[in-house]
Formats: sequence, C-alpha cells, structure tokens
Amino acid sequence: MATEARRDVVVLEARAERAEGGWRPAVRAASLAGVVVAWELATRLGGIPAVFLPPPTAVAAELLGMATGGELWRSLQASLVRIVLGFLLGTGAGVVVGTVAAVSPLAEAVVDPLIAATYPIPKIALLPLLVLWLGIGEASKVAVIAIGAFFPVAVGTMAGIRGTDPQLVRAAVSLGASPFQVVTKVRLPASLPVMFAGFRLAAGMSLLLVVSAEMIAAATGIGFTILHAGDLMQTSKLLAAIVVLSALGVLSTWGLQALERKVVRGRPH
Amino acid sequence: MQVRFESVHKTYRRRDGTEVPALAGVDLAVASSEFVSLVGPSGCGKSTLLLIAAGLLPPTSGRVVFEGDAGGRPRTAVVFQEFALFPWRTVLDNVAFGLEVRGVGRAERLERAAALVRQVGLSGFESRYPHELSGGMRQRVGIARALCVDPAVLLMDEPLSALDAQTRQLLQEDILRLWETTRKTVLYVTHNIQEAVFLSDRVVVMSRRPGRVREVLSVPFPRPRTEALLADPEFGRFCHRIWSSLKEEARAALEETHGDGSPA
Ligand SMILES: Nc1ncnc2c1ncn2[C@@H]1O[C@H](COP(=O)(O)OP(=O)(O)O)[C@@H](O)[C@H]1O
Ligand SMILES: [Mg+2]
Repeated sequence: MATEARRDVVVLEARAERAEGGWRPAVRAASLAGVVVAWELATRLGGIPAVFLPPPTAVAAELLGMATGGELWRSLQASLVRIVLGFLLGTGAGVVVGTVAAVSPLAEAVVDPLIAATYPIPKIALLPLLVLWLGIGEASKVAVIAIGAFFPVAVGTMAGIRGTDPQLVRAAVSLGASPFQVVTKVRLPASLPVMFAGFRLAAGMSLLLVVSAEMIAAATGIGFTILHAGDLMQTSKLLAAIVVLSALGVLSTWGLQALERKVVRGRPH
Repeated sequence: MQVRFESVHKTYRRRDGTEVPALAGVDLAVASSEFVSLVGPSGCGKSTLLLIAAGLLPPTSGRVVFEGDAGGRPRTAVVFQEFALFPWRTVLDNVAFGLEVRGVGRAERLERAAALVRQVGLSGFESRYPHELSGGMRQRVGIARALCVDPAVLLMDEPLSALDAQTRQLLQEDILRLWETTRKTVLYVTHNIQEAVFLSDRVVVMSRRPGRVREVLSVPFPRPRTEALLADPEFGRFCHRIWSSLKEEARAALEETHGDGSPA
C-alpha cells in the first residue's frame, strides 16, 4: 500500500488592510486630556493647596478673565512685538552673514572665529550690557532676542551653503551660471531645509529670551506677568501665562512648518 | 565644432599635500559632428578629462582647443552620471535653467524647454519634480537640460551607469536617435563596451591611471544603426577586440589600487 506523502498547503489571501496607526490621534488627545483630568482630580480631591497648584479649571477661568479684562492682550502684544522684531532682525542678519561667510574665504576667516567665540555665551548674560548701551526700553530686549536668533540661522545657513552637493554646483556652472547665480539659484535653495532648522531653533530661542528679558528688565509682557504673579502668589495667573507661552511655542512651530511646506519644494515632506 | 586635446596633464593635489597624477598627456581630436566614446579602467581619469573639456577644471599642463563656428553658442554642456538635477525645480524649470542664467526671457526659454522635454519623450511631466520620476526619466531630463542651451559639444559622463539594464538599453537607443537628428559633437564616457560601440564613430581606449590614450578604434558598422546590430556576431567580435585591449589595463589597475585609497 502506497503511503500518501504529506502535503502542506499554505494560502496567502487578500485581506482588508487596516489604516496603520489610525489609533494615534485618539491616543495623543487622550494623553493630554488624561494629564489635565488627573491634575484636576489631584487638586480637588488630593488636598493640594491652590496656592501651590490650582486646578486646571481655575487656570482656565483666570485665563478667560485676563482675556476679557484686556490684560492678556496687553502683555501678549508687548511680548509679540519684541519677539517678532528680534526674530526678523536676527534671522535676517543670520542669513546674510551666513551666506557671505560661506561664499567668501575672507569673510569666513573674519567671521568664523567670532562666531565660535560668541556662540557659547548664554545670550541673556548680554542683557545688562545691552541695557547699558541701548537703555532699559524696547531696544535692548529686541537686541538680545536678535542676537539669540542670529546664531542658529547664521550657522545653519553657512553649513547648508558649504554643504551644497558639488555636482549641482558643477551642473549650474557648466550651464553658464555666474558665481552670483550659483549662490542665488543653487546654494541658497539647496540650503533651505537646513536654514529652516535654524529658524526653528531661533524661534525657540526668541521665546526663551523674551521671557528672561521681561523678567529682568520690563514692566510689560508675558515674562513680567509670570514674575509679578509669582511675587503675589497668584498661582493660577502664573500658570495661565505659562499656558499662553506653550501656545505661542506650538503656534510658532506650526507657522514655520506651514511656511517650510510652501517654500521648500520638490522634496517629499 | 572640433575639439582637440593637446598633451593634457592633470595632477590632483590632496589636502595632505600628496599628488595624484590622473592624466599624463592625453592627445585626442574629436571631429565636428563626431560621436566619440572613452572607455578605460575606473579611476583612469575619464571624468577628469570631461571636466577639463567642460572648463570646470583647469589642466595642470597642456590645453584643449575648440575650433569651428560656434555661432554664439555655449561651447559645452555636461550630462552627469548622477543626473545632478535641481530637486527644487520642476522638469521644465530644470531644462530651462541654462537659458535662464543666460538671461533668455521667460516665455522664450519655457517654450524651448518644452520642445526639448517633448523631444526626450517626457511630455506630460513638465511640472513634476525630479524625486517623482524614475531614474531613466531623470536622465532624460538631464539630457534635455544639456541640449537646451544648444551646446557646440555635448559631454556625457557615464550617463546610463546609474540605471538598470533595461532602462539603459532603451535610453541608449534614444541617445542614438537624438544624435542622428542633432549631429552634435559628442564625447561620451562609459565603462560599457557594447554601449560605446553601438553609439560611436570611434572608441578611445584609455590606459590605467595616470590616463593616456592607449588605442583608438573606428567603429565599422554603418548608420543608421538599430538594435539588431547588438545580435550581429561581427559586433560581438569587435567588442571583444576592445575588451582584450582594455583587460590588461583593467587588471593592472585593479591590482595597483589595492591600498592606495583610490576607488577600485
Ligand atoms: N578632487 C580630487 N582630488 C584628488 N584625487 C582625485 C580627485 N578627483 C579625482 N581624483 C583621482 O583621480 C583619478 C581619476 O579620477 P576620475 O577622473 O574620476 O576617473 P574615472 O572617471 O576614469 O573613474 C582617480 O584615481 C581619482 O581618485
Ligand atoms: Mg568617472
């Protein structure tokens, strides 16, 4: 009697593909909501005194009060003007200096050691000096933010321009591009992604410096509000101002991302 | 336009001061409307010679002479092995780049670029970005971009080496068709002997590094050529003849490059 050989049959069939990671947005939202709820419960039921940690609902109410009373807008405006001016001045100078230093060996030799020596200085340490030079008004605060925003952009622009694929430069030159056109039509567009990394760092730096500067030498702004609320033990106001800072940080990141998507073309995002 | 290399030498100087002789006296003349291929062991200075002809690299000694009626056209344009397309520019804007930097008006340059995009078979892809294209399509853009400035001499550095075998075969025929219609003077670097023979009027075999012209062979097959030529036994024999000349150099080059840091 012939024994039948054992046969294994494996069939791979089509199956409906589930969208990968479809649960992600829900978990992300729940993560944030979970912390807020736990915080609310801890403060309401856990007996934590409100002066140490007020519940989120109290912080929200405080924020609403600041918004309707106009205080929120006044300090937000003061801070935003400083941030925007300082950011634009600093990043603008960073792009120009970074480009020139990357393109001209002489400028590189002049600028490189200066940047290497000054980049590591915590910029807030310069504030008293700037106040001495520019006065206690807006100029010194804008200046410290501009200095903070300058470095990451200058360094990023330099790296991007120097690191441009030499083949692209060769291609451009072989097609008749002048040295100036090589910079404007090849090196700068090729550097945009690295420059945007610099812009993101500069935005974070601007936020950090505006708050520090306002804590040291201002009578307006979010930083001042935080310090003042702390002195008066107005903890929910203090926390409301911190929430505003968090929102500012998130919004500036989103704004830069949107701008980058618009400006940086031809690469998968 | 005719190109003459007269005793072209090139010695690279590394950062640590050591000298790398890449070309040691290349003498070669490419006639007007001639298609000449360079084959040689890798590292023998083929790309170097092309960069010198393109004016992108000065020779250490010797010179390159262009002779003939340029009619105001740019002397050379280069097609690169790695395409070297501008990733932030669309197909059309890549092709129009050479005209743009030469100050040709927008309407005119886009019109001429569109005609070339059509000629290389990329109609419909004008507003795509390079990363959205296959390798073969990218190199078609590279070829169109070089042709768009209407160069007197076209320099191609292993234009098909980064492509798969089938795509290479197809583009090879397209290059042949394009050349038959434009009759440009072409200097074409390849490491593929069949490709060199199929496309060229003459094949130049270079010695190992430092490169020199070892042998120049006229390709005996009449034009217009078709794919059928590839199956011709005579074609195979001719290719083998070139390979015999190249083999010694390639083997010696392989043994020499061990350990000196040069690409194998
Ligand atoms: N910028 C450079 N600096 C130093 N050596 C180089 C440089 N470019 C090429 N070489 C060397 O010169 C030789 C010829 O290079 P290349 O012209 O690229 O050869 P091929 O294109 O024939 O492979 C090689 O040995 C290479 O290592
Ligand atoms: Mg090469």
